Amino acid sequence: MRFDSLIDSVGGTPLVGLPNLSPTPDVRLWAKLEDQNPTGSIKDRAALSMILRAEQDGRLTPGATILEPTSGNTGISLAMVASQRGYQLICVMPENTSIERTQLLTMWGAQIIPSPAAGGSNEAVRVAKGLAAEHPDWVMLYQYGNPANADAHYEGTAPEILADLPEITHFVGGLGTTGTLMGVGRFFREHKPEVRIVAAEPRYGELVYGLRNLDEGFVPELYDASLIDSRFSVGPRDAVRRVRELIASEGIFAGISTGAILHAALAQAAKCVKAGETADIAFVVADGGWKYLSTGAYEGTLDEAEDTLDGQLWA
Amino acid sequence: MAIEVRIPTILRTYTGGERAVEGSGATVTELIDKLEVDHPGIQERLLENGEARRFVNIYVNDEDIRFTGGLDTAVADGDTVVILPAVAGGAA
Repeated sequence: MRFDSLIDSVGGTPLVGLPNLSPTPDVRLWAKLEDQNPTGSIKDRAALSMILRAEQDGRLTPGATILEPTSGNTGISLAMVASQRGYQLICVMPENTSIERTQLLTMWGAQIIPSPAAGGSNEAVRVAKGLAAEHPDWVMLYQYGNPANADAHYEGTAPEILADLPEITHFVGGLGTTGTLMGVGRFFREHKPEVRIVAAEPRYGELVYGLRNLDEGFVPELYDASLIDSRFSVGPRDAVRRVRELIASEGIFAGISTGAILHAALAQAAKCVKAGETADIAFVVADGGWKYLSTGAYEGTLDEAEDTLDGQLWA
Repeated sequence: MAIEVRIPTILRTYTGGERAVEGSGATVTELIDKLEVDHPGIQERLLENGEARRFVNIYVNDEDIRFTGGLDTAVADGDTVVILPAVAGGAA
């Protein structure tokens, strides 16, 4: 495959079967390897889509500064695209993310403004919104509310999966900005409405939920509950257990959030087996494990991994 | 065996600081009615107009009840009910 430049190669990722983790010959799991995007995560799709849309709309002009709240992957993707198209990037990132994310962002030329660990991404969003108000010349693409984020999956991820797996019965993705699930969900509602859309939501340690009051809660502006059919909350222990199974059984080295997605996919698969249904379940491998080696998720006992992930934004 | 109900930090003022309390009932509605008897005031923080508040998520055995029948979702002894505030998260 040949492309004019790196950003032209975003998307078009492989879909691979899981012969060992699929529970029966009639209930099969398929992994969409989004780690094979140029910067190694599914966020390349959203970052490229948001920047291209902002250029078309005239919001982004040559030499502009982009501001974004991110726990890592979106920032890394934006940094790569921004470097290729001549923009500066400032990321507001919670301080409880892995060191590798900071190293990668810096390498691609982004500036980082840390936000407090307590409150997690909520706090990063709040800080970024404040900065955007103070600096009207900065362009906040705002992945939590930018339709171009979901559109990247409506136009790319979902049709790619349907072309490779016309018999698909379920799609399982991670719930963060909700962009993947909203885009894929809308595509299947329109093109194959019998496909069930399953969300896997990471459940963090208490630090992240330590709001001062409930009204500080946050639901991404993109979120439309009618586009999903079930939503699993997955804690770090199950996520780590599954990410280790994925490498041991299938040879796929994925990031921790993918463990949470696989856990939900396996829960769905178990329901299908119990109901005597045939199923082809596609799930997202959001990124590779490289950025999480320092977290200890891949070594030691599950108890140790669970302890070290407590308080971290591991997905 | 009872139903374990995990309480988020922000609502532990109602449970005397307890992170988890015991509950009972056949549905989430009944469970919350019983919680209100044991921990007065908590119901109003969880529900609004007969539904979970916008920024309150309730999970029965890790599944969000908004997709399993809402407050009519069945619960039984041995189940775990997790209450969490909605926050920004995920691989963003």
